[in-house]
Amino acid sequence: MNPPREFYLCGNGASVPWAEVPAWPAEEFVAATAAELARGGRLCAWFGVPEADGTCLVAVIAFDAENTLAVGRSLPAVNSYPSLTPGHPQAHLFEREVWEQHGLVPDGHPWLKPVRRQGGGHPAAGEFFRVAGGEIHEVSVGPVHAGIIEPGHFRFQCNGEEVLHLEIALGYQHRGVETALAGGPHRATLSQLETVAGDTTIGHATAYATIMESLAGEEAPLRAQWLRALALELERLANHTGDLGALAGDVAFLPTAAACGKIRGDFLNLTALICGNRFGRGLVRPGGCRHDLETARAGALLGRLRAALADVNQAAEWLWAANSVRARFELTGTVASVQAAELGLVGVAARASGLVRDVRFDHPAGWHRFAPVPVAVWPDGDVLARARVRSLEIQRSGKFLEDQLGTPPDGEIFTAARPPAGDTLAVALVEGWRGEICHVAITDAAGRFRRYKITDPSFHNWPGLALAMRGQAISDFPICNKSFNLSYCGFDL
Amino acid sequence: MIAVLELFLRLAAWLLLAPLLPGIINRVKSWVAGRRGPPVLQLYYDLARLWRKGIVLSTAVSPAHIAGPALAWVALVGAALLLPVGQAGATLSFRGDALLFVYLLAFARFCLALAALDTGSAFAGMGVAREVSYAVLAEAAIITALLTLCVQSNSVSLVTMLAPSAGAGAALLAAGLFGVLLAENCRVPFDDPNTHLELTMIHEAMVLDHSGPPLAAILHGAALKLLLFAVLLTEAVLPLGKLSLLPALAALAGSVLLVAVIAGLVESLMARLAFRRVPLLLTTAFVLCVFALLVAWKGGMP
Repeated sequence: MNPPREFYLCGNGASVPWAEVPAWPAEEFVAATAAELARGGRLCAWFGVPEADGTCLVAVIAFDAENTLAVGRSLPAVNSYPSLTPGHPQAHLFEREVWEQHGLVPDGHPWLKPVRRQGGGHPAAGEFFRVAGGEIHEVSVGPVHAGIIEPGHFRFQCNGEEVLHLEIALGYQHRGVETALAGGPHRATLSQLETVAGDTTIGHATAYATIMESLAGEEAPLRAQWLRALALELERLANHTGDLGALAGDVAFLPTAAACGKIRGDFLNLTALICGNRFGRGLVRPGGCRHDLETARAGALLGRLRAALADVNQAAEWLWAANSVRARFELTGTVASVQAAELGLVGVAARASGLVRDVRFDHPAGWHRFAPVPVAVWPDGDVLARARVRSLEIQRSGKFLEDQLGTPPDGEIFTAARPPAGDTLAVALVEGWRGEICHVAITDAAGRFRRYKITDPSFHNWPGLALAMRGQAISDFPICNKSFNLSYCGFDL
Repeated sequence: MIAVLELFLRLAAWLLLAPLLPGIINRVKSWVAGRRGPPVLQLYYDLARLWRKGIVLSTAVSPAHIAGPALAWVALVGAALLLPVGQAGATLSFRGDALLFVYLLAFARFCLALAALDTGSAFAGMGVAREVSYAVLAEAAIITALLTLCVQSNSVSLVTMLAPSAGAGAALLAAGLFGVLLAENCRVPFDDPNTHLELTMIHEAMVLDHSGPPLAAILHGAALKLLLFAVLLTEAVLPLGKLSLLPALAALAGSVLLVAVIAGLVESLMARLAFRRVPLLLTTAFVLCVFALLVAWKGGMP
């Protein structure tokens, strides 16, 4: 069999029979992937699929400017393959994950260690990169933190107050989501996906619903797509507002911190107005939505939305007007746009480094095909830029919601889905509030999940936080961390 | 007999009133933020609760870990008793007690730092390093402020020094001392007393490993220190020593309340500084005190 010439090209929400996914021998596959990345591709997912005689590597690569996804795979490989990471750092965590899950060693990987477990022990039990020298001290923070947040371990190499290197060890919340999904879909699947990252319920549920609809070869009714888009932006509004408040709180700037905590609740209550749950649980399901938004409630939602938007814009104005806040945010935790591109950052973190990356714009699916959202970009790459991008997105999501609430499509909100196709690969991208959520499903002959791969935006972005801390004061870690606000459970799966 | 009674009265006033100030500051903050906020007496409840609790000790610590907070508290109470109240003077007063005052404050800090270092924790070490680095600058400012009062009153006894107003340089001295007050009491913009983020803490990182009664002593000592600085600031600026007892007490109470409210407003309306900028602000406070000194020293000359 001759190796294929190129990857399978498709759009967001497409599916392709597994047999038609181009397959290369592992070494050539790595070379082909490297070539795609070199010509501007971005690695959305890189994972293993166990086969009888080894492990297939699968790559999903996004070409944002061309609105195209490229899918390819390797023939089953055993033991090892040449690493992609030395030339393309964005593959760094993906290759470690494949090694951890399937035992496939990427030869030449510069820092090969598990991503979630350390030889069966807890995540912080592993080796850490250490800086030598009499003046150097090591600070370890977590996994138990002083606030009510998720567990993660941070290992700083410091020279006085300056951080030379930060290494992050996660995996404390590893629940085995992907293992549990295999063999599905079953009755718990939707609930499991809604809680991959609890604050991104709509994002992950929408990605899953898109996968199921793609496998069934049909779309959800337009009105359901419209509802999903509304809920996705409400989720973004609530979380971005909470983040602005938390950033203000970390620098002890009281007015915005106090106001945003309350306004976040207002936005969450708007989601509850649609579906009865503040986090949107139970709204999105394969085939459509479970709750409709009648005209009267849509009107009430619009009124309350306008009030909350006015409040949050005011709270953001206080933040920008305070010199003491700007002094803290500017030039803190800078990630240059070249670094952001090399690491493959997504979402707010990427856009704050000047990269124009937004799935809603680059790879529109569902309602976003008819109602585009402008991409909010800020060039500086520091904490201020990440706060600014959030604030811009709050305004634009608000505008989007105001526009869309006025022009609802008519029709059903649900159609019973046909059974999923067998031996098929489906891929769905959704721009959650943190960034790009990528789900890839591969079904067996009976249409059950052989492999369900989830890439939360946090998986791309945690290395960005580690990089942002280089040369920073260790006391600025909390605001850098808050400005990324990444998910621990979304990473740990 | 009367002297003993007076001592007890003063001691009771200092010890009982001190925890009120953080409560007032928190009230101002919650008012600005539109929240209901904790009760003004919250610190009293906290102290009572901590006092009833047991002590959890790390296996690594020596007796200094317990002795530190106790000694620091005693030193702060001693410093408080050196401050005069209007014409009633101080409990203890002698020539040069201003020096003892400065040293008692420094000794209290030393004890807390020792108790913190005793744990061997990275956080406590960081907290102590920050605390003592900034103290170098804060102490320079407070010594200059006292020197100003010395020059003006031609005395090194706090009773005489604090009796008159600071005169022409009063505004400079007030601004300088207010900066020192915020820094020494770990208020915004120098530190954030409410933060839970270990990596950004100064004073809080030093006391992370304390629990029960020693923590109560630390918290009460901190409140006492805040009251002490507010009283010092007021007496340096206003001529309380020229008033009779009741008006002097009323003016003192009003001014201390005002200081607490201003501290609360500062805390409400500005973010805290990055650590690398803290020395700038402390140096500004020091320079303000230096100018007050210059005014006191050369101001009377033709």
